[in-house]
Amino acid sequence: MSSNHSKRLWMYAQMVKSRHFEDMIKPAYFEGKTPVFNMAKGPLPGEMHLSDGQEPCAVGVCAHLRADDTVTATHRPHHIAIAKGVDLNAMAAEIFGKKDGLAGGRGGHMHLFDPAVNFSCSGIIAQGMGPAVGAAMAAKMQGSDAVAVAFLGEGAANQGAFHESLNLASVWQAPVVFVIEDNSYGISVPKTACTAVASNVERAAGYAMPGHNVRNNDPDGVYEAAGIAIDRARSGSGPSLIEIETSRLEGHFMGDPEGYRPKDEVKRLQERDPIPAYRARLVTEGFDQMELDRAEREARELVDQAFSFARGNEYPEPKEAFDHVFA
Amino acid sequence: MSLPDATVEKPASERRLTIAKAMSEAIGQEMERDSTVLVMGEDIGKMGGVFGTTTGLFEKFGKDRVRDTPISETAFIGAAVGMAASGMRPVVELMFVDFFGVCMDAIYNLAAKQSYFSGGKVSCPMVLMTSVGGGYGDAGQHSQCLYATFGHLPGMKVVIPSNAHDAKGLMLSAIRDDNPVIFMFHKALQGMGWLGTVAGSINDTPEREYCVPIGKASVVREGSDITIVGLGATVHQALAAAKKLDDTGIDAEIVDLRTIAPLDRKTILASVAKTGRLLVVDDDYLSFGIGSEIIATVCEALPAPLKYPPQRMAHPDIPIPFTPVMEHFLLPDAGKIESRVIAMMGEKT
Repeated sequence: MSSNHSKRLWMYAQMVKSRHFEDMIKPAYFEGKTPVFNMAKGPLPGEMHLSDGQEPCAVGVCAHLRADDTVTATHRPHHIAIAKGVDLNAMAAEIFGKKDGLAGGRGGHMHLFDPAVNFSCSGIIAQGMGPAVGAAMAAKMQGSDAVAVAFLGEGAANQGAFHESLNLASVWQAPVVFVIEDNSYGISVPKTACTAVASNVERAAGYAMPGHNVRNNDPDGVYEAAGIAIDRARSGSGPSLIEIETSRLEGHFMGDPEGYRPKDEVKRLQERDPIPAYRARLVTEGFDQMELDRAEREARELVDQAFSFARGNEYPEPKEAFDHVFA
Repeated sequence: MSLPDATVEKPASERRLTIAKAMSEAIGQEMERDSTVLVMGEDIGKMGGVFGTTTGLFEKFGKDRVRDTPISETAFIGAAVGMAASGMRPVVELMFVDFFGVCMDAIYNLAAKQSYFSGGKVSCPMVLMTSVGGGYGDAGQHSQCLYATFGHLPGMKVVIPSNAHDAKGLMLSAIRDDNPVIFMFHKALQGMGWLGTVAGSINDTPEREYCVPIGKASVVREGSDITIVGLGATVHQALAAAKKLDDTGIDAEIVDLRTIAPLDRKTILASVAKTGRLLVVDDDYLSFGIGSEIIATVCEALPAPLKYPPQRMAHPDIPIPFTPVMEHFLLPDAGKIESRVIAMMGEKT
């Protein structure tokens, strides 16, 4: 792993890009929502689920993926979209509800579709898993070695769709990888209060597929596990399950008072923020500080450009709401 | 047990609650009165429900009767059906009506048919509460209403309060009902600080127990020129429109449905027979909807032609778009109601 310089630099840069994207969202989201917070107001209305802390899951997996590999993501999709290479300008414009957004403003932050890189996401828990199995089977039946990856939270592992999709993928030997981002909370309910097993990776055995557990929110650990699982899928040997112990540094959505979290928990998690930790590791292992600085700068510039584009872009014509209901 | 219908009572003193507080108070009172009542759902424990429907209940009644569930709707709504068949009265929350897709079988094939399939021997006294409505930019999987979907399927009662007073009375009725009741609450009215709330939804709500009967609409404004039928948020839009119309000499009568199923056709027919004009306003999808059903009812029942063809206003038959410029263009509001009513006051018979 440590020899894979360019991949690790890429992973670091994508994590920085993703975090900067969320950092740009934060003040924009509160525009029009202060002093009285009303979710309906401002340039970014509605729920906003930020991915701060979960970046290692996205970059460690997507480092192995090509544009023709499919990814389905969740209601918390930004880090994954960015790591998968979704058009950053169009993604930002979509989140602002603008004309040149991915869907011309129709979808919004939980419903990002970029067919150029085979990315999509959905706001309903675990419901990206079936489509990932389908995309994987389509590739297999079309003679391609493309694979599919479904991202999900640990709460989704208690949905019927999780169990049905794992079974189906195994029965069909679909080239798919299921990636659980275990941030230990389903909104307010801790995993320990609602999950029968201590580790969801145990569930892989029930569906005759390998399971990998990655601890400590470690990008290199994710990269390693994902490499094994994706190679297995690409070589036609079937599906795998990966469980990543990650952390949610923000609330479930912006404005969440988080009264359900133990005192100081967020502070403790922030002390283990994976991005500075990864930078420190890379420096210790001989990465040039200037090179990391440059990668950071470039990543941030791309995000800044995307937000400028989104802000400057026009709103669509209201009557265009009627377009695209049918193909 | 029969309790007085609160709609015929004058409140003794002002005690203004939000719908959220009225719902949690009603559930708490029923839990005190009846040990078979329990609550379950996602984030309804310590958090008190994302929409405040169970605030304080976990602290008061403990984790056995206020159960946080995994995100396993098929299982816990199915479990509620089983509990209801076995002597319990579960009150279950599924945060957004948009999420019902994953567990619909337990609702429309199990809960709704339990009485029928058993020849009336097994009942299903459960309440399924869920949030509906958009207008705040939450996009197409968190903003739907689906009134008509649930109204269409036999075996369930479906209610939606427009204010806290009715919310409490309907919740007591729902919990005491021996049938599955879908209790919808509109996000624009709920009284959550972070969502903004239509002021009219916060109203006088007595502390004592009282029932608002299921299946009974309410004439919330009497008028002679046109009947506007609304439910949930559109009641308040209609009231705002009526106030403006009053200035131009148009006297609108407003019917708050309160219950979708069984529909109070009698109240609607009496009103339309009086005014001769009908506009139905709801924020669900237009076709095969609430408006369609009400207008069909009127056409079937009233012998004389109306003064103007009955009209519907609803969200068009497209998914709810995220971008506010589109969403507000599509959803009903007071201004659109006002314009439509003015157009309907012209000659067209």
